Amino acid sequence: MISRLSAIAFNTFREAVRDRVLYNFVLFVLLLVATAPLFGQISIGLERLILINVGLSAMSLFGIVIAIFVGIGLVSKEIDKKTLYTILSRPVRRWEFIAGKYLGLVMTLAVNATFMTAGFYLTLLVTAHQLTRADAGLLAAIYFIILQFFIITALTLLFSSFSTPIFSAIFSFALFVIGTFAEDLRNFAAMSDGAGKWLVTGVVYLVPNFSALNVISQVSHDVPVSGSLILYNTLYAVLYSAAATAAAVLIFERRNLK
Amino acid sequence: MNAIEILGLTKSYLTGFLRNKPKPALQPLHLTIQEGETFGFLGPNGAGKTTTLKLLMGIVFPTSGSARILGHHFHDPGIKKQIGFLPEQPYFYDYLSASELLDYYAQLSGVPKDERRKRIALLLERTGLADAGKKQLRKFSKGMLQRVGIAQAIIHDPKIVFLDEPMSGLDPIGRREIRELILSLKKDGKTVFFSTHILSDAEALCDRVAVIHKGVLRGIGVVEDLKSQTEDKSEVVWQGAHALAAVASLLSESNVAGEVARGVVRGQDLDLLLEKLRREQTRLISVTPLHGTLEDYFVAHTTDQEAVQG
Ligand SMILES: Nc1ncnc2c1ncn2[C@@H]1O[C@H](COP(=O)(O)OP(=O)(O)O)[C@@H](O)[C@H]1O
Ligand SMILES: [Mg+2]
Repeated sequence: MISRLSAIAFNTFREAVRDRVLYNFVLFVLLLVATAPLFGQISIGLERLILINVGLSAMSLFGIVIAIFVGIGLVSKEIDKKTLYTILSRPVRRWEFIAGKYLGLVMTLAVNATFMTAGFYLTLLVTAHQLTRADAGLLAAIYFIILQFFIITALTLLFSSFSTPIFSAIFSFALFVIGTFAEDLRNFAAMSDGAGKWLVTGVVYLVPNFSALNVISQVSHDVPVSGSLILYNTLYAVLYSAAATAAAVLIFERRNLK
Repeated sequence: MNAIEILGLTKSYLTGFLRNKPKPALQPLHLTIQEGETFGFLGPNGAGKTTTLKLLMGIVFPTSGSARILGHHFHDPGIKKQIGFLPEQPYFYDYLSASELLDYYAQLSGVPKDERRKRIALLLERTGLADAGKKQLRKFSKGMLQRVGIAQAIIHDPKIVFLDEPMSGLDPIGRREIRELILSLKKDGKTVFFSTHILSDAEALCDRVAVIHKGVLRGIGVVEDLKSQTEDKSEVVWQGAHALAAVASLLSESNVAGEVARGVVRGQDLDLLLEKLRREQTRLISVTPLHGTLEDYFVAHTTDQEAVQG
């Protein structure tokens, strides 16, 4: 089982690498490094703040977009091109295929994020001429960004298990946008009353909580991220992705392939 | 032991926007294939060949019925190590090289690492791809891809090999290469189940064939037996074209070249024809029995007229 899962994951990763998906980090780094001197001209204290906000937000958005665009084709491409036939005629369970594809894309995104992080720190070094202890605190924000990738990949996989690639992309991106306001929605649901309250609350809690996973502005002001939030977010991301992937598997198990 | 037992597999695809219109693709199919047999599954396009193979591979689920492979339920994952499958008009991950592809598939089939290296080298050699092993599949010709397809189907040394239209879309050389590969599988004692609409290939390779049309099994048997079930006819050639008018009603086809006439007659009418020709004062040149071909059998069993009767 493990060897089949890792074979599928590794092949997914290899496809992304050879498809040059990973090379967008080069673009990211080049853009940041090229524009870095501009930040320096604004004002001394502000430059770091802006660089962190712009850099980390871009890293998150880049990754989300790659997760969605690779994610929608993850399974549908293998169905359309019938490569799945030669996999399902082997001792591979359908859930192993889905889980392997999921892990492969998450691995791709994590490697991608690692390269982007290196480029980001390089830019910090270029602008400030040194790295401080406070800069290490940014890693928590980057870790949360990777957790976002876990969730959005699982959701994309779930949508693509029953809908077309275009709709899957739209649904996933819409949920990402809505999810960045999850905290506001939860507060709103708590204020509502009457019979609908439980329903509204239930629906709101289904929305992935991307706002808790976004601590960019907090770390840009050097406010440390608490250990309990790291633990809570890790558990949340793992459980949420597992549930979404499991739902994708349940749908896929019953599907007649074209 | 039976290699494959198909026990009434039936498939209706649900079509339409709401997926509520059933489209029957396979009527209850019963078929048993022995171990070591090379079995041809014949039928025109749309007959239900691919559907049958997809059902057997667990790619689509049957509306009813079941199947057993080497005595096990066909969805049993344990049995998958013993089967190999080449889909119709296959496409493979074109960013991989042939040896990377074979390695991936062998891993999925649970072949240990040392074994994999040996098998890959052996199969690249055997399929004539030894020189192209490192090349990306996007640079492969159709014939080479088909050979890679056979290699991936047998990389884990399965007992049964399923091939869906392995020769279609290939040039004559490509077809011959695939033919020879199938013959070599047969020599290795593998059970080969392949679908085709190319009758000469079936005739050259198969121990037995089945003919399917519109999802219904129309006939099954040894190729020679099926041929002999086709109508027995004779070709008669005589001198004296004037007699043609008198015997035309007995002939299924006829033509004339100068004074020499030629006609094809059904076995039961042969005596009557010869009698009439004698009375018309013609000179008999030859009578040749015509053997049925697999094509005759195929055509007779896959025309719609037959479908109404059958
Ligand atoms: N996914 C599908 N949805 C609806 N109808 C299908 C599907 N696949 C095949 N069919 C129909 O089922 C019948 C049998 O098709 P198929 O098994 O592909 O035939 P063959 O392989 O013998 O050419 C055809 O009429 C075809 O149109
Ligand atoms: Mg077909």
